Amino acid sequence: MKKKNRRLENVKYEFKHNKLAIFAAIYLIAIILVSIFVVFSSVDPDALDVAHKLQSPSSAHWFGTDELGRDYFIRVLYGGRVSLVVGVLAMLTSIIIGVTVGMVAGYFGGIVDNILMRIVDVFSSIPWIIMVTVVGLLFKKGLASIIIVIGLFSWMEIARLVRSEVLSAKEREYVQYADFIGIPSGKVIMSHVFPTVFPTIITAATAQIASAIMVESSLSFLGLGVAAPMSSWGSLLQSSQQYLQKAPYMAVLPGILIILTVYSFNKLGDVLRVFVEPRITAGDKDE
Amino acid sequence: MNKEILISATDLKKYFPVHKFMGGKQYVKAVDGVSLEINKGETFGLVGESGCGKSTLERTLIRMYDITDGKVTYKGKDITNEKAKNLQWMKDEVQIIFQDPYSALNPFWNVREIINEPLKKAGMSAAEAEERTEYLLNKVGMSKADMDKFPYEFSGGQRQRIGIARALSVNPEFIVCDEPIAALDVSIQAQVVNMLEDLQNEFGLTYLFAAHDLSMVRYISTRIGVMYLGTLVEVAESNELYTNPMHPYTKALLSAIPIVDPLKAREHKRIQLKGELPSPMNIPEGCRFVTRCPYATEACKNGVPKLQEISKGHSVACHRAKEIL
Repeated sequence: MKKKNRRLENVKYEFKHNKLAIFAAIYLIAIILVSIFVVFSSVDPDALDVAHKLQSPSSAHWFGTDELGRDYFIRVLYGGRVSLVVGVLAMLTSIIIGVTVGMVAGYFGGIVDNILMRIVDVFSSIPWIIMVTVVGLLFKKGLASIIIVIGLFSWMEIARLVRSEVLSAKEREYVQYADFIGIPSGKVIMSHVFPTVFPTIITAATAQIASAIMVESSLSFLGLGVAAPMSSWGSLLQSSQQYLQKAPYMAVLPGILIILTVYSFNKLGDVLRVFVEPRITAGDKDE
Repeated sequence: MNKEILISATDLKKYFPVHKFMGGKQYVKAVDGVSLEINKGETFGLVGESGCGKSTLERTLIRMYDITDGKVTYKGKDITNEKAKNLQWMKDEVQIIFQDPYSALNPFWNVREIINEPLKKAGMSAAEAEERTEYLLNKVGMSKADMDKFPYEFSGGQRQRIGIARALSVNPEFIVCDEPIAALDVSIQAQVVNMLEDLQNEFGLTYLFAAHDLSMVRYISTRIGVMYLGTLVEVAESNELYTNPMHPYTKALLSAIPIVDPLKAREHKRIQLKGELPSPMNIPEGCRFVTRCPYATEACKNGVPKLQEISKGHSVACHRAKEIL
């Protein structure tokens, strides 16, 4: 008997028929590879050349130069390293905390739910920028602390979202059935409840990447994020504001990269959904 | 046939608390004082209008819900207050088939995974489970080619059969059918009911079968209980109940079955009940049916009527049962 994995088949099908998904995958692989290997480039991202500041794009400087005459193209590529790492890891941190809290609160209900959700309320009632500033001062400056800080203060929305989804999933009869025949609750959560709320998690996660990239840029702006001369897409976008009229390309490039990255993560998230939730396949097949 | 009681309930109650604004608390009395006995090998039909507590009664009986008050015994053992982990032996013998075949099966799992869930729980190896799944699918008229399909690829009737296959998987003794045919169209209903009967004969199953299709219940049931607002108002053998209904509510319910022959239908008088089903949060005093009963007198408002055996195997809960025969 030949066993075919229907899920993998579905994902393959999705990739074949969804050009945008192919694009997203290629784009992400490319941007990740470039971010990794950009260190081997001969151009120094921090080399000042004030004589050639704010130059328009040319063959020497593909995306022109910034206010200190640094090559903008290479700075953007270096910035990608920070933004991708911060975006993805901060997203993972907040998703892991948020999903766990939301699942446990929603599934077990009662007093557990009450305690956890009140903690969520407390966390979300304090303006995050203040929390981030205070906590940011406690940690040593650096990428890791930025990731932890962003992750620690952005999981509350996800916890609320997941909790409400779990509450509705709990009422489904296949969950009640599993409970009834005596499947342990940890297993019920993982094998029944989690897949049911998975689409919501994916959507929240991709949005979280975008917001983490932007939060990081606000932190940089306040001097709490990456320190100059290190760059990130967010900080580049932030500093380009002052030169918007002289050098609009400075805003456009990191902006486009942020948009494309978030979009690609979103698309790949959809493909992941196909794996978990077999019903959804490329739009032209059924429904 | 000697009767062996499989599951019995005494004065079973299930209340759901409703929290009101400003901290008040009220109860929805979904099941309120039900006593019944289900014998081994029989099909106990449960009829009653929507919202009368059929599903709650079933689920409370098998401890899917915690019991508010009363007592349930399964095979002579008290299971009322047992902890979940001490009930595993009972849960291994009891299965449930749900009303809505769309929500009963995990849409993210294929048929193999769905049916393997209880099998794995029962400690079967992958190979055994595979073989068993194939056998079960054949039993419910499906093929092994369906094993890798997902629920969305099936029709309602097929899904219900997958649900039945899952229920049969661990050789249960008692299957609770929670309106298994309500969501299916008529031709499929007959198919599913016939299948349930065949399976019963083959495996000696006991069913608790809830439905609101009266003719279907008559067809499949050995005995029938009529529910109204959380209580049983009449219990009798299937034919006896249909030919000789005693409770005014049963009479009204049965008179609502459409009659095929137009000449007979002309003479047939339908008993129309006035008013709505009272809210289970606000149950009338005395006999619950008093607000809608055509025979109600002032005396009916005093005291809740108990289920009394009027003739052999035929019990009615009505103050005036003997007068209005």
